[in-house]
Amino acid sequence: MTNTPSDLKYAASHEWLSADGTVGITDFAQEQLGDVVYVELPEVGRVVEAGETIAVVESVKTASDIYAPASGTVVAVNDALTGSPELVNSAPYEGGWLFKLDVTGEGDLMDAEAYASANG
Amino acid sequence: MTDTPTEPLKRTPLHAAHLRAGARMVPFGGWDMPVQYSGLKAEHEAVRKGAGVFDVSHMGEFRVTGPGALAFLQSVTTNDVSKLKPGRAQYNWLPGVQGGLVDDIYIYMVRDGEYLMVVNASNIAKDWAHLSAHTAGFEVQLTDESDRWGLLAVQGPKAAELLQPHVDVDLSAKKKNAYFAAKLFGFDVMLARTGYTGEDGFEVFVDASEAETVWDKLLGIGLTPAGLGARDTLRLEAGFPLYGHEFSDTIHPLSSTYSWVVKDKAHVGREHISLAPAHKLIGLKLERVPVREGYPVKVAGQVVGHVTSGTSSPTLGHPIAMALVEAAYATAETFEVEVRGKDHPATRMDLPFYKG
Repeated sequence: MTNTPSDLKYAASHEWLSADGTVGITDFAQEQLGDVVYVELPEVGRVVEAGETIAVVESVKTASDIYAPASGTVVAVNDALTGSPELVNSAPYEGGWLFKLDVTGEGDLMDAEAYASANG
Repeated sequence: MTDTPTEPLKRTPLHAAHLRAGARMVPFGGWDMPVQYSGLKAEHEAVRKGAGVFDVSHMGEFRVTGPGALAFLQSVTTNDVSKLKPGRAQYNWLPGVQGGLVDDIYIYMVRDGEYLMVVNASNIAKDWAHLSAHTAGFEVQLTDESDRWGLLAVQGPKAAELLQPHVDVDLSAKKKNAYFAAKLFGFDVMLARTGYTGEDGFEVFVDASEAETVWDKLLGIGLTPAGLGARDTLRLEAGFPLYGHEFSDTIHPLSSTYSWVVKDKAHVGREHISLAPAHKLIGLKLERVPVREGYPVKVAGQVVGHVTSGTSSPTLGHPIAMALVEAAYATAETFEVEVRGKDHPATRMDLPFYKG
Protein backbone atom coordinates (compact mmCIF):
# COMPACT_ATOMS: atom_id res chain seq x y z
CA MET A 1 0.00 0.00 0.00
CA THR A 2 1.28 3.43 -0.87
CA ASN A 3 1.06 6.40 1.44
CA THR A 4 -1.34 9.27 0.63
CA PRO A 5 -1.35 11.93 3.40
CA SER A 6 -4.77 13.46 3.98
CA ASP A 7 -3.56 17.06 4.40
CA LEU A 8 -2.33 17.36 0.78
CA LYS A 9 -4.02 17.91 -2.58
CA TYR A 10 -3.21 15.76 -5.59
CA ALA A 11 -3.06 16.15 -9.36
CA ALA A 12 -4.11 13.29 -11.64
CA SER A 13 -0.53 13.48 -13.00
CA HIS A 14 0.75 12.40 -9.52
CA GLU A 15 2.07 15.68 -8.06
CA TRP A 16 1.07 16.77 -4.54
CA LEU A 17 0.55 20.33 -3.32
CA SER A 18 0.61 21.38 0.33
CA ALA A 19 -1.15 24.38 1.88
CA ASP A 20 2.14 26.34 1.87
CA GLY A 21 2.71 25.75 -1.87
CA THR A 22 5.26 22.93 -1.59
CA VAL A 23 5.17 20.47 -4.52
CA GLY A 24 6.44 16.92 -4.84
CA ILE A 25 5.49 13.62 -6.44
CA THR A 26 3.40 11.02 -4.68
CA ASP A 27 4.51 7.79 -3.06
CA PHE A 28 2.57 5.95 -5.78
CA ALA A 29 4.46 7.87 -8.51
CA GLN A 30 7.92 7.28 -7.02
CA GLU A 31 7.17 3.59 -6.73
CA GLN A 32 6.06 3.42 -10.37
CA LEU A 33 9.20 5.29 -11.50
CA GLY A 34 11.65 3.11 -9.63
CA ASP A 35 15.10 4.33 -8.56
CA VAL A 36 15.34 8.08 -9.16
CA VAL A 37 18.80 9.10 -10.38
CA TYR A 38 18.38 12.73 -11.45
CA VAL A 39 15.95 15.60 -10.92
CA GLU A 40 15.86 18.69 -13.12
CA LEU A 41 14.33 21.52 -11.08
CA PRO A 42 12.84 24.82 -12.30
CA GLU A 43 14.53 28.18 -11.80
CA VAL A 44 13.46 30.29 -8.86
CA GLY A 45 11.36 33.19 -10.12
CA ARG A 46 9.77 31.25 -12.97
CA VAL A 47 6.07 31.98 -13.43
CA VAL A 48 4.01 28.92 -14.35
CA GLU A 49 0.47 27.99 -15.28
CA ALA A 50 -1.17 24.96 -13.69
CA GLY A 51 -0.60 21.94 -15.91
CA GLU A 52 2.62 23.28 -17.46
CA THR A 53 5.73 21.04 -17.55
CA ILE A 54 7.98 22.41 -14.83
CA ALA A 55 10.50 19.73 -13.83
CA VAL A 56 11.81 16.32 -14.89
CA VAL A 57 12.39 13.28 -12.69
CA GLU A 58 14.67 10.65 -14.23
CA SER A 59 14.83 7.04 -13.12
CA VAL A 60 17.38 4.53 -14.40
CA LYS A 61 15.10 3.76 -17.33
CA THR A 62 13.05 6.86 -18.16
CA ALA A 63 12.63 10.61 -17.94
CA SER A 64 9.22 11.71 -16.62
CA ASP A 65 7.79 15.21 -16.91
CA ILE A 66 6.46 16.86 -13.76
CA TYR A 67 3.53 19.25 -14.17
CA ALA A 68 2.75 22.27 -12.03
CA PRO A 69 -0.32 21.42 -9.88
CA ALA A 70 -1.02 25.14 -9.46
CA SER A 71 -0.32 28.47 -11.16
CA GLY A 72 2.15 30.81 -9.49
CA THR A 73 5.79 31.74 -9.10
CA VAL A 74 8.59 29.35 -8.09
CA VAL A 75 9.99 30.72 -4.82
CA ALA A 76 12.29 27.84 -3.78
CA VAL A 77 13.72 24.57 -5.07
CA ASN A 78 15.01 21.57 -3.12
CA ASP A 79 18.78 21.76 -3.64
CA ALA A 80 19.26 18.56 -1.62
CA LEU A 81 18.03 16.62 -4.67
CA THR A 82 21.14 17.65 -6.63
CA GLY A 83 23.33 15.36 -4.55
CA SER A 84 20.64 12.96 -3.31
CA PRO A 85 17.94 12.45 -5.95
CA GLU A 86 17.00 9.19 -4.19
CA LEU A 87 15.22 11.30 -1.54
CA VAL A 88 12.31 11.33 -3.98
CA ASN A 89 12.03 7.57 -3.42
CA SER A 90 12.76 7.41 0.29
CA ALA A 91 10.82 10.48 1.46
CA PRO A 92 8.45 11.69 -1.26
CA TYR A 93 6.44 13.88 1.14
CA GLU A 94 9.33 15.17 3.26
CA GLY A 95 12.99 15.45 2.18
CA GLY A 96 12.11 14.58 -1.42
CA TRP A 97 9.95 17.64 -2.10
CA LEU A 98 10.72 19.35 -5.45
CA PHE A 99 9.92 23.10 -5.28
CA LYS A 100 7.69 25.70 -3.65
CA LEU A 101 5.18 27.90 -5.42
CA ASP A 102 3.67 31.24 -4.45
CA VAL A 103 0.27 29.97 -5.55
CA THR A 104 -2.07 32.27 -7.49
CA GLY A 105 -4.54 29.58 -8.56
CA GLU A 106 -4.85 25.85 -8.15
CA GLY A 107 -5.33 23.43 -11.01
CA ASP A 108 -7.86 20.62 -11.00
CA LEU A 109 -6.84 18.82 -7.82
CA MET A 110 -8.18 15.87 -5.81
CA ASP A 111 -8.28 15.19 -2.11
CA ALA A 112 -6.37 12.21 -0.70
CA GLU A 113 -9.36 9.89 -0.79
CA ALA A 114 -10.11 10.59 -4.46
CA TYR A 115 -6.45 10.25 -5.44
CA ALA A 116 -6.01 7.01 -3.52
CA SER A 117 -9.11 5.46 -5.04
CA ALA A 118 -8.01 6.54 -8.55
CA ASN A 119 -4.66 4.79 -8.01
CA GLY A 120 -5.73 1.84 -5.92
CA MET B 1 -10.42 10.04 -33.53
CA THR B 2 -10.57 6.29 -33.60
CA ASP B 3 -8.12 4.02 -31.90
CA THR B 4 -5.74 2.15 -34.17
CA PRO B 5 -6.63 -1.53 -33.88
CA THR B 6 -3.81 -3.35 -32.14
CA GLU B 7 -3.01 -7.02 -31.89
CA PRO B 8 -3.52 -8.47 -28.41
CA LEU B 9 -0.19 -8.80 -26.60
CA LYS B 10 1.34 -12.25 -26.76
CA ARG B 11 2.18 -14.11 -23.55
CA THR B 12 5.13 -16.34 -22.78
CA PRO B 13 4.59 -19.68 -20.96
CA LEU B 14 5.73 -17.85 -17.80
CA HIS B 15 3.11 -15.11 -17.85
CA ALA B 16 1.24 -16.42 -14.80
CA ALA B 17 4.52 -16.92 -12.91
CA HIS B 18 5.45 -13.26 -13.52
CA LEU B 19 2.13 -12.05 -12.16
CA ARG B 20 2.56 -14.30 -9.11
CA ALA B 21 6.00 -12.81 -8.52
CA GLY B 22 4.51 -9.30 -8.53
CA ALA B 23 6.14 -8.23 -11.79
CA ARG B 24 5.27 -4.95 -13.43
CA MET B 25 4.28 -5.96 -16.97
CA VAL B 26 4.85 -3.79 -20.07
CA PRO B 27 4.29 -4.24 -23.80
CA PHE B 28 7.57 -5.16 -25.53
CA GLY B 29 7.82 -6.07 -29.21
CA GLY B 30 4.23 -7.31 -29.21
CA TRP B 31 4.62 -9.27 -25.95
CA ASP B 32 3.40 -8.64 -22.41
CA MET B 33 6.70 -8.86 -20.54
CA PRO B 34 8.00 -8.23 -17.00
CA VAL B 35 10.04 -5.02 -16.80
CA GLN B 36 10.91 -5.50 -13.13
CA TYR B 37 10.00 -7.46 -10.01
CA SER B 38 11.68 -6.21 -6.82
CA GLY B 39 13.33 -3.22 -8.51
CA LEU B 40 15.60 -2.65 -11.46
CA LYS B 41 18.74 -1.77 -9.48
CA ALA B 42 18.39 -4.73 -7.12
CA GLU B 43 17.89 -7.13 -10.04
CA HIS B 44 20.83 -5.60 -11.92
CA GLU B 45 23.06 -6.01 -8.88
CA ALA B 46 21.91 -9.59 -8.32
CA VAL B 47 23.13 -10.50 -11.82
CA ARG B 48 26.45 -8.66 -11.38
CA LYS B 49 27.20 -10.20 -7.98
CA GLY B 50 25.16 -13.39 -7.72
CA ALA B 51 22.81 -14.82 -10.30
CA GLY B 52 19.50 -13.86 -11.85
CA VAL B 53 17.06 -15.47 -14.25
CA PHE B 54 15.30 -13.76 -17.15
CA ASP B 55 12.34 -14.97 -19.17
CA VAL B 56 13.46 -14.62 -22.78
CA SER B 57 10.83 -17.00 -24.16
CA HIS B 58 9.58 -14.19 -26.40
CA MET B 59 12.64 -14.68 -28.60
CA GLY B 60 12.14 -16.79 -31.72
CA GLU B 61 13.66 -20.16 -32.62
CA PHE B 62 13.94 -21.44 -36.17
CA ARG B 63 15.30 -24.90 -36.96
CA VAL B 64 17.29 -25.13 -40.18
CA THR B 65 17.69 -28.66 -41.49
CA GLY B 66 18.71 -30.50 -44.64
CA PRO B 67 21.80 -31.32 -46.68
CA GLY B 68 21.89 -27.68 -47.84
CA ALA B 69 21.53 -26.15 -44.35
CA LEU B 70 25.15 -25.02 -44.08
CA ALA B 71 25.29 -23.58 -47.60
CA PHE B 72 22.00 -21.76 -46.97
CA LEU B 73 23.18 -20.29 -43.66
CA GLN B 74 26.46 -19.23 -45.25
CA SER B 75 24.51 -17.34 -47.91
CA VAL B 76 22.21 -15.42 -45.52
CA THR B 77 24.68 -14.59 -42.72
CA THR B 78 27.97 -12.67 -42.48
CA ASN B 79 29.89 -14.88 -40.04
CA ASP B 80 31.49 -18.18 -41.11
CA VAL B 81 29.00 -20.88 -40.09
CA SER B 82 31.39 -23.59 -41.40
CA LYS B 83 33.56 -22.92 -38.32
CA LEU B 84 30.77 -24.24 -36.08
CA LYS B 85 30.99 -27.75 -34.72
CA PRO B 86 28.12 -29.77 -33.26
CA GLY B 87 27.49 -28.52 -29.72
CA ARG B 88 28.78 -25.02 -30.36
CA ALA B 89 27.06 -21.65 -30.73
CA GLN B 90 27.97 -18.60 -32.79
CA TYR B 91 26.86 -14.96 -32.84
CA ASN B 92 25.92 -13.89 -36.36
CA TRP B 93 24.14 -11.30 -38.49
CA LEU B 94 21.38 -11.49 -41.10
CA PRO B 95 22.34 -8.71 -43.49
CA GLY B 96 19.61 -7.01 -45.53
CA VAL B 97 19.51 -6.69 -49.28
CA GLN B 98 19.77 -2.89 -49.11
CA GLY B 99 22.24 -2.33 -46.27
CA GLY B 100 21.56 -2.58 -42.56
CA LEU B 101 20.66 -5.75 -40.71
CA VAL B 102 17.47 -7.77 -40.85
CA ASP B 103 18.50 -9.06 -37.40
CA ASP B 104 21.39 -10.08 -35.20
CA ILE B 105 21.09 -13.73 -34.21
CA TYR B 106 22.67 -16.74 -32.53
CA ILE B 107 23.17 -20.01 -34.38
CA TYR B 108 23.49 -23.29 -32.46
CA MET B 109 24.81 -26.32 -34.32
CA VAL B 110 22.97 -29.53 -33.38
CA ARG B 111 24.67 -31.91 -35.86
CA ASP B 112 25.67 -31.95 -39.53
CA GLY B 113 22.72 -30.57 -41.48
CA GLU B 114 20.85 -29.28 -38.41
CA TYR B 115 21.04 -25.87 -36.74
CA LEU B 116 18.88 -23.85 -34.36
CA MET B 117 18.70 -20.09 -34.94
CA VAL B 118 17.58 -17.72 -32.16
CA VAL B 119 16.19 -14.39 -33.34
CA ASN B 120 14.90 -11.21 -31.68
CA ALA B 121 11.25 -11.33 -30.58
CA SER B 122 10.17 -8.23 -32.51
CA ASN B 123 11.79 -9.58 -35.70
CA ILE B 124 10.32 -13.11 -35.82
CA ALA B 125 7.87 -12.47 -38.70
CA LYS B 126 10.34 -10.31 -40.63
CA ASP B 127 13.19 -12.81 -40.27
CA TRP B 128 10.94 -15.70 -41.29
CA ALA B 129 9.86 -13.87 -44.47
CA HIS B 130 13.43 -12.85 -45.27
CA LEU B 131 14.86 -16.34 -44.76
CA SER B 132 12.01 -18.01 -46.64
CA ALA B 133 12.62 -15.69 -49.58
CA HIS B 134 16.24 -16.88 -49.82
CA THR B 135 15.89 -20.67 -49.68
CA ALA B 136 15.62 -21.13 -53.46
CA GLY B 137 18.43 -23.32 -54.76
CA PHE B 138 19.19 -24.86 -51.35
CA GLU B 139 18.12 -28.26 -50.06
CA VAL B 140 16.95 -26.84 -46.76
CA GLN B 141 13.89 -26.80 -44.56
CA LEU B 142 12.94 -24.04 -42.10
CA THR B 143 10.72 -24.77 -39.11
CA ASP B 144 9.42 -22.05 -36.79
CA GLU B 145 9.73 -23.54 -33.28
CA SER B 146 9.13 -20.26 -31.44
CA ASP B 147 6.01 -21.57 -29.69
CA ARG B 148 7.63 -24.86 -28.74
CA TRP B 149 10.35 -23.44 -26.49
CA GLY B 150 10.47 -21.63 -23.23
CA LEU B 151 13.82 -19.84 -22.97
CA LEU B 152 15.29 -18.82 -19.62
CA ALA B 153 18.57 -16.93 -19.22
CA VAL B 154 20.41 -17.77 -16.00
CA GLN B 155 23.11 -15.13 -15.69
CA GLY B 156 25.69 -14.05 -13.14
CA PRO B 157 29.01 -15.09 -11.58
CA LYS B 158 27.25 -17.71 -9.42
CA ALA B 159 25.17 -19.20 -12.26
CA ALA B 160 27.27 -22.36 -12.70
CA GLU B 161 27.67 -22.93 -8.95
CA LEU B 162 23.91 -22.68 -8.35
CA LEU B 163 22.92 -24.86 -11.31
CA GLN B 164 25.56 -27.59 -10.89
CA PRO B 165 23.81 -29.65 -8.17
CA HIS B 166 20.66 -29.82 -10.32
CA VAL B 167 22.09 -30.90 -13.68
CA ASP B 168 23.54 -34.22 -14.85
CA VAL B 169 26.57 -32.77 -16.66
CA ASP B 170 29.83 -31.24 -15.45
CA LEU B 171 29.31 -27.53 -16.17
CA SER B 172 32.98 -26.71 -15.57
CA ALA B 173 33.79 -28.72 -18.70
CA LYS B 174 31.48 -26.55 -20.81
CA LYS B 175 33.21 -23.50 -22.25
CA LYS B 176 31.64 -20.27 -23.51
CA ASN B 177 29.38 -20.94 -26.52
CA ALA B 178 28.94 -24.62 -25.63
CA TYR B 179 25.47 -26.01 -26.48
CA PHE B 180 24.46 -29.33 -24.95
CA ALA B 181 21.63 -31.53 -23.76
CA ALA B 182 21.14 -31.95 -20.02
CA LYS B 183 18.62 -32.92 -17.42
CA LEU B 184 17.79 -29.94 -15.21
CA PHE B 185 15.68 -30.83 -12.15
CA GLY B 186 14.95 -34.01 -14.09
CA PHE B 187 13.60 -32.20 -17.15
CA ASP B 188 15.17 -32.63 -20.59
CA VAL B 189 16.60 -29.26 -21.63
CA MET B 190 19.23 -27.84 -23.93
CA LEU B 191 21.74 -25.56 -22.23
CA ALA B 192 23.95 -22.98 -23.90
CA ARG B 193 26.78 -21.15 -22.16
CA THR B 194 25.73 -17.86 -23.76
CA GLY B 195 24.02 -14.70 -22.60
CA TYR B 196 23.52 -10.99 -22.99
CA THR B 197 24.54 -9.45 -19.67
CA GLY B 198 28.35 -9.42 -19.71
CA GLU B 199 28.38 -12.16 -17.06
CA ASP B 200 28.88 -15.91 -17.20
CA GLY B 201 25.68 -17.88 -17.49
CA PHE B 202 23.48 -20.34 -19.32
CA GLU B 203 20.48 -20.09 -21.56
CA VAL B 204 17.98 -22.87 -20.89
CA PHE B 205 15.83 -24.14 -23.77
CA VAL B 206 12.94 -25.97 -22.14
CA ASP B 207 9.70 -27.37 -23.53
CA ALA B 208 7.09 -24.59 -23.21
CA SER B 209 4.80 -26.86 -21.16
CA GLU B 210 7.55 -27.39 -18.55
CA ALA B 211 8.89 -23.83 -18.48
CA GLU B 212 6.88 -22.65 -15.49
CA THR B 213 7.92 -25.59 -13.31
CA VAL B 214 11.59 -25.10 -14.19
CA TRP B 215 11.29 -21.33 -13.57
CA ASP B 216 9.80 -21.94 -10.11
CA LYS B 217 12.58 -24.41 -9.29
CA LEU B 218 15.23 -21.92 -10.41
CA LEU B 219 13.77 -19.29 -8.07
CA GLY B 220 13.77 -21.98 -5.37
CA ILE B 221 17.55 -22.47 -5.61
CA GLY B 222 18.23 -18.78 -5.09
CA LEU B 223 18.09 -17.16 -8.51
CA THR B 224 16.68 -13.63 -8.54
CA PRO B 225 13.95 -13.04 -11.13
CA ALA B 226 15.13 -10.17 -13.33
CA GLY B 227 13.12 -8.15 -15.85
CA LEU B 228 13.66 -6.35 -19.11
CA GLY B 229 14.76 -3.21 -17.25
CA ALA B 230 17.80 -4.92 -15.73
CA ARG B 231 18.46 -6.81 -18.95
CA ASP B 232 18.76 -3.48 -20.75
CA THR B 233 21.04 -1.77 -18.21
CA LEU B 234 23.24 -4.90 -18.04
CA ARG B 235 23.60 -5.20 -21.82
CA LEU B 236 24.30 -1.49 -22.12
CA GLU B 237 27.06 -1.63 -19.47
CA ALA B 238 28.49 -4.60 -21.39
CA GLY B 239 28.42 -2.54 -24.61
CA PHE B 240 26.15 -5.01 -26.43
CA PRO B 241 24.22 -3.47 -29.32
CA LEU B 242 20.44 -3.99 -29.29
CA TYR B 243 18.36 -4.38 -32.41
CA GLY B 244 16.13 -1.35 -32.91
CA HIS B 245 18.68 0.89 -31.19
CA GLU B 246 22.24 0.23 -32.38
CA PHE B 247 21.17 -2.06 -35.25
CA SER B 248 18.35 -1.60 -37.73
CA ASP B 249 17.38 -2.16 -41.33
CA THR B 250 19.12 1.12 -42.19
CA ILE B 251 22.06 1.45 -39.75
CA HIS B 252 25.29 0.17 -41.33
CA PRO B 253 26.21 -2.73 -39.01
CA LEU B 254 29.94 -1.96 -39.24
CA SER B 255 29.21 1.29 -37.42
CA SER B 256 29.55 -0.95 -34.37
CA THR B 257 32.85 -2.41 -33.26
CA TYR B 258 31.74 -5.86 -34.40
CA SER B 259 33.59 -6.06 -37.72
CA TRP B 260 34.68 -9.61 -36.75
CA VAL B 261 31.13 -10.80 -37.45
CA VAL B 262 31.73 -10.18 -41.18
CA LYS B 263 33.91 -12.79 -42.85
CA ASP B 264 35.21 -12.80 -46.41
CA LYS B 265 32.58 -14.93 -48.14
CA ALA B 266 29.69 -14.56 -50.57
CA HIS B 267 26.42 -13.61 -48.81
CA VAL B 268 23.22 -11.62 -49.18
CA GLY B 269 23.84 -7.86 -49.13
CA ARG B 270 27.64 -8.16 -49.28
CA GLU B 271 28.01 -5.16 -51.59
CA HIS B 272 26.47 -2.87 -48.95
CA ILE B 273 28.47 -4.15 -46.01
CA SER B 274 31.74 -3.76 -47.94
CA LEU B 275 31.17 0.01 -48.06
CA ALA B 276 32.74 1.99 -45.22
CA PRO B 277 30.13 3.19 -42.71
CA ALA B 278 29.49 6.94 -42.50
CA HIS B 279 28.90 6.70 -38.74
CA LYS B 280 30.60 4.98 -35.83
CA LEU B 281 29.16 3.73 -32.57
CA ILE B 282 30.91 5.21 -29.53
CA GLY B 283 30.49 5.11 -25.78
CA LEU B 284 29.86 8.27 -23.77
CA LYS B 285 30.17 9.03 -20.08
CA LEU B 286 28.23 11.84 -18.45
CA GLU B 287 28.61 13.29 -15.00
CA ARG B 288 25.01 13.52 -13.84
CA VAL B 289 22.27 13.89 -16.41
CA PRO B 290 21.01 10.64 -17.94
CA VAL B 291 20.71 10.90 -21.72
CA ARG B 292 18.18 8.97 -23.75
CA GLU B 293 17.76 7.58 -27.25
CA GLY B 294 17.51 10.29 -29.90
CA TYR B 295 19.20 13.10 -27.98
CA PRO B 296 21.57 15.11 -30.26
CA VAL B 297 25.33 14.61 -29.79
CA LYS B 298 27.51 17.63 -30.61
CA VAL B 299 31.16 18.61 -30.98
CA ALA B 300 31.82 22.31 -30.36
CA GLY B 301 28.13 23.07 -30.74
CA GLN B 302 27.69 21.25 -34.05
CA VAL B 303 25.43 18.18 -34.20
CA VAL B 304 27.53 15.14 -35.24
CA GLY B 305 25.20 12.31 -34.22
CA HIS B 306 22.63 11.05 -31.73
CA VAL B 307 22.27 8.80 -28.71
CA THR B 308 21.08 5.26 -29.52
CA SER B 309 20.78 3.97 -25.91
CA GLY B 310 21.32 5.69 -22.59
CA THR B 311 20.85 4.98 -18.91
CA SER B 312 22.25 5.69 -15.51
CA SER B 313 24.70 2.81 -14.97
CA PRO B 314 23.81 1.02 -11.73
CA THR B 315 27.29 -0.55 -11.51
CA LEU B 316 29.37 2.51 -12.37
CA GLY B 317 27.17 5.08 -10.66
CA HIS B 318 27.10 7.59 -13.51
CA PRO B 319 25.15 7.94 -16.77
CA ILE B 320 26.41 6.07 -19.84
CA ALA B 321 25.24 6.08 -23.43
CA MET B 322 25.97 4.64 -26.82
CA ALA B 323 25.80 7.08 -29.71
CA LEU B 324 26.16 6.98 -33.48
CA VAL B 325 28.42 9.84 -34.60
CA GLU B 326 29.88 10.86 -37.95
CA ALA B 327 32.99 8.72 -38.51
CA ALA B 328 35.29 11.77 -38.55
CA TYR B 329 34.34 12.50 -34.92
CA ALA B 330 34.57 8.94 -33.59
CA THR B 331 37.97 9.57 -31.99
CA ALA B 332 37.08 12.91 -30.42
CA GLU B 333 37.38 12.86 -26.62
CA THR B 334 34.81 15.45 -25.61
CA PHE B 335 31.24 15.93 -26.75
CA GLU B 336 28.08 17.64 -25.63
CA VAL B 337 24.70 15.96 -25.45
CA GLU B 338 21.64 18.17 -25.77
CA VAL B 339 19.12 17.41 -23.03
CA ARG B 340 15.85 19.36 -23.14
CA GLY B 341 17.47 22.28 -24.98
CA LYS B 342 20.60 22.47 -22.83
CA ASP B 343 24.04 21.07 -23.73
CA HIS B 344 25.75 18.83 -21.17
CA PRO B 345 29.42 17.78 -21.40
CA ALA B 346 30.19 14.13 -22.19
CA THR B 347 33.48 12.29 -22.63
CA ARG B 348 34.19 9.35 -24.89
CA MET B 349 34.47 6.07 -22.99
CA ASP B 350 35.71 2.82 -24.54
CA LEU B 351 33.20 -0.01 -24.94
CA PRO B 352 32.38 -2.09 -23.04
CA PHE B 353 31.67 0.27 -20.16
CA TYR B 354 31.90 -2.69 -17.81
CA LYS B 355 33.80 -5.95 -18.19
CA GLY B 356 32.83 -8.76 -15.83
